[in-house]
Amino acid sequence: MPDTLLFAMEATLNGLTAGVMYALVALGFVLIFKASGIFNFAQGVMALFAALTLVGFQSGQIPFSHLINAMFGTRLHHFGWNMPTLLAIPATVLVMILLAVLVERFILKHLVNQEPIILFMATIGLAYFLEGVGDIMWGAEVKALDVGLPKGMSGAVDDVTFAWFGYGFYIDRLEIWAAGIAALLVAALTVFSQYTKQGRALRAVADDHQAALSVGISLRFIWVLTWSIAGIVALVAGIMWGSKSGVQFSLSLIALKALPVLILGGFTSIPGAIIGGLIIGVGEKLFDFFMSPIIGGATENWFAYMLALVFLLFRPQGLFGERIIERV
Amino acid sequence: MNGQGDAMRDTAPDEGYVTADGRKIGGVAMEMRNITLRFGGVVAIKDISFDIRWGEIRAIIGPNGAGKSSMLNVISGFYHPQEGDVIFKGYKRPRMRPYQVARMGIARTFQNIALFEGMSVLDNIMTGRLHHMKANLFQQAMWWGRAQREEDANREQVEKIIDFLEIQHIRKTPVARLPYGLKKRVELARALAAEPSILLLDEPMAGMNVEEKEDMSRFILDVNDEFGTTTVLIEHDMGVVMDLSDRVVVMDYGKKIGDGTPDEVRNNEEVIKAYLGVAHE
Repeated sequence: MPDTLLFAMEATLNGLTAGVMYALVALGFVLIFKASGIFNFAQGVMALFAALTLVGFQSGQIPFSHLINAMFGTRLHHFGWNMPTLLAIPATVLVMILLAVLVERFILKHLVNQEPIILFMATIGLAYFLEGVGDIMWGAEVKALDVGLPKGMSGAVDDVTFAWFGYGFYIDRLEIWAAGIAALLVAALTVFSQYTKQGRALRAVADDHQAALSVGISLRFIWVLTWSIAGIVALVAGIMWGSKSGVQFSLSLIALKALPVLILGGFTSIPGAIIGGLIIGVGEKLFDFFMSPIIGGATENWFAYMLALVFLLFRPQGLFGERIIERV
Repeated sequence: MNGQGDAMRDTAPDEGYVTADGRKIGGVAMEMRNITLRFGGVVAIKDISFDIRWGEIRAIIGPNGAGKSSMLNVISGFYHPQEGDVIFKGYKRPRMRPYQVARMGIARTFQNIALFEGMSVLDNIMTGRLHHMKANLFQQAMWWGRAQREEDANREQVEKIIDFLEIQHIRKTPVARLPYGLKKRVELARALAAEPSILLLDEPMAGMNVEEKEDMSRFILDVNDEFGTTTVLIEHDMGVVMDLSDRVVVMDYGKKIGDGTPDEVRNNEEVIKAYLGVAHE
């Protein structure tokens, strides 16, 4: 087999796993957009905040210690214990649920029936607020996150591909795990939304607020529920990205990479988010592989956005989005 | 309501009566007492009082802009009147959110159809049973114990309603694909699925052709007959209303100008003037 083809295949596989990481972030956007028509700009920051909180709990950091030290002249930093990961994750989930309650209580409740653009602006505010709170609570330095997921080259993939092609593919084990966890997450979300009462209520609210009220669904409860789920999805994304490249504030920028994913997949489709992520991931890697030698490197920085532009021209509703038909 | 003695009752219980065609009409289910509703400076409802009895079909009629839909929205908790009380089952109802009213057993349909367009007919009707489900999330996710029994029981009830309203052939169809008349019927089915004690229908026959209107009238009568559902409906079509209802409230410019049996209302001078135009000599 020619080398170019092998390298392209390796790039495709790497693209698929990278795409899963994008899809994880996009998923959080889709959930909130479907249920409330809000484009939640804060989704990326929520992932960052979740990861920061998880690391904070794990390492026994005292929240707001810098602030307390500055105000009272103390020298607090750590409680002196390490919380096991299995305890820290549920604790972080609780924090994300609390965050959802607060978002509903202090933002959404006051903006019922407002234009989507106003809600969008509110989420921009929330993003900056949350970034600031994350900073004050846990500090701004880059932290390593380790929840016990395996890292480094996957020996199995290397062996198998070497046996088949005489060339071992390099795939990060973390990304294989990320793919598996994303699949589980999507399966769980599907079961939840299709087969449970709350899931049915959530779909109902996403479809028609008035009708939902008339069958006895509390919009406020559903909003808290949606934001909690989005928070949990953000935690998963935060864990994956944090394990890969450390928990740092640039993590909130990965939210921007989710935008082209959403434009491809459609803002309202969960499978769309996954497939959109995969297409962007693979497209990026292949484009880089074939075109970089010709037009110079760093195509990964802009390829996704260019692809999104092309999509906007020809299929603005995305691959799986609902077709927008205006009847006149 | 539990925990409230008879001393708290706002109305005296009464026995009701039997109609000419032998249907039993019960005591007062709900009483609207001096309801006034304003939007800014516009008065939508002016000091209106009337009652709804168990088991009856009660119509609210009136010209466009008379305040009929506003009245229905007051009953279903979408609007909150500035003055007056809603007395339900003998007790004054506190200010409630629409979903709380729905959970008390007051189901409704909408003038411009509010269905979940993206869901199938079956799923739409199942949402009507949401507050009859008690299993917790874990039981549901595991499809275990109470969740499974509940789902089966709810499906049975829903199937009964589907049969009753003759929509078996479209149960898996996404609602968005249905024609107008059938959508109206699905909306009625969803409201019925909640097993409501009071059913509110906002112009159930608006925009229908003669045949669809006849079907809908038949369904409303059959529902009342079969399940004894107390029904409050708003309608434009005078003929339909007079045939269907036991008693009629007539509204005009937010005021009540008539209240009684169809015959009484038909012969009411003011109603004739306001609604039917000037009577011919």
